Amino acid sequence: MAQGFFLLFAAVSVITALMLVLARNPVHSALALMACFLQISAIFVLLDAPLLAVIQIFVYVGAIMVLFLFVIMMIDVREAVAERFLPSGNLPAMALLGLLGVEMMVLVFWSDRFSLAAPVASRGGDQIRDLSTTLFSDYLLPFEVASVILLAALVGAIVLARKESG
Amino acid sequence: MVPLWWYIALGVVLFVIGAAGVLLRRNILVVLMSLELLLNSVNINFIAFGHYYDDFRGRIFAIFVIAITAAEVAVALGILVALVRNKSTLKVDDVTMMKG
Repeated sequence: MAQGFFLLFAAVSVITALMLVLARNPVHSALALMACFLQISAIFVLLDAPLLAVIQIFVYVGAIMVLFLFVIMMIDVREAVAERFLPSGNLPAMALLGLLGVEMMVLVFWSDRFSLAAPVASRGGDQIRDLSTTLFSDYLLPFEVASVILLAALVGAIVLARKESG
Repeated sequence: MVPLWWYIALGVVLFVIGAAGVLLRRNILVVLMSLELLLNSVNINFIAFGHYYDDFRGRIFAIFVIAITAAEVAVALGILVALVRNKSTLKVDDVTMMKG
C-alpha cells in the first residue's frame, strides 16, 4: 500500500520536475513546480512527518510560488518564450550531469546503510511535541539566527525592489 | 514498507533534474525555480534519514533549509526585479556586469 503510494507520488513528482525544466513558458514551469511541491509534501506524509508536509505546502506552495508568479506577472516573459531551448555547447554540462547522477546512484547501491527495509524501532510518543522541544532547547541559537536571516532578507528585498528615488 | 533507498533514489533523480535546469536553461526565472527543486530533493533525503534512523535532527535541518530557502527566494527575486528594471533581460548570458 505504502509502496504503491510512494511510486505514484514519486512518478508524478519526477514528471512535473521534467516539465519544469523542459517547459518553454516560465508560467508553465511555475505551475509544474507547484505540482511537484505538492507531491513532495505527500511524500513527507508517507515519511511520517505531517508537520513538515504542512510547512512545505504553506511556505513553498503558499508563499514562494505565489512570489514567483507575481514576479512573472510583473515582468515581460514573451521574449523568454521565444528563446531557443538548449543553446549549443552544453555537452560538458550534460556529461557532468550524467556523471553526477551515475556517481550518486553507485554510491547509494554500494553502501549498505541505504538498504534499510523498515525504520528502526521508533521511540513512540508525541512526535511533534518532541520535535518542538528539541528545536526550542538544543537548537535555540540556530533558530534565532534563522529569524535574523529572515529579517535581513526582508529588509534586503525591500531595498532591492524599491524604485531609485534619486 | 518502502525501503530507504527508494527515497534516496527519488532525491537523486530530482537533484539531477534540478541541476540540469540550473546548468542548461538560460532563463533566470527557470534557474531559480530549479534551485528550489534542488533544495527540496535534499530535504527529502534529510527527512528520509531522520525517519528511518529515528532521529529528529533530520526534520530540524529540513525546517532550517525551508526557512533559509524562503529568505533566499525573497532576495533573489528582489535582485531579479532590479535587474529587469535596469537591464531588461532575463537571460543568464546577458548578465555579465560582474565580469569587469
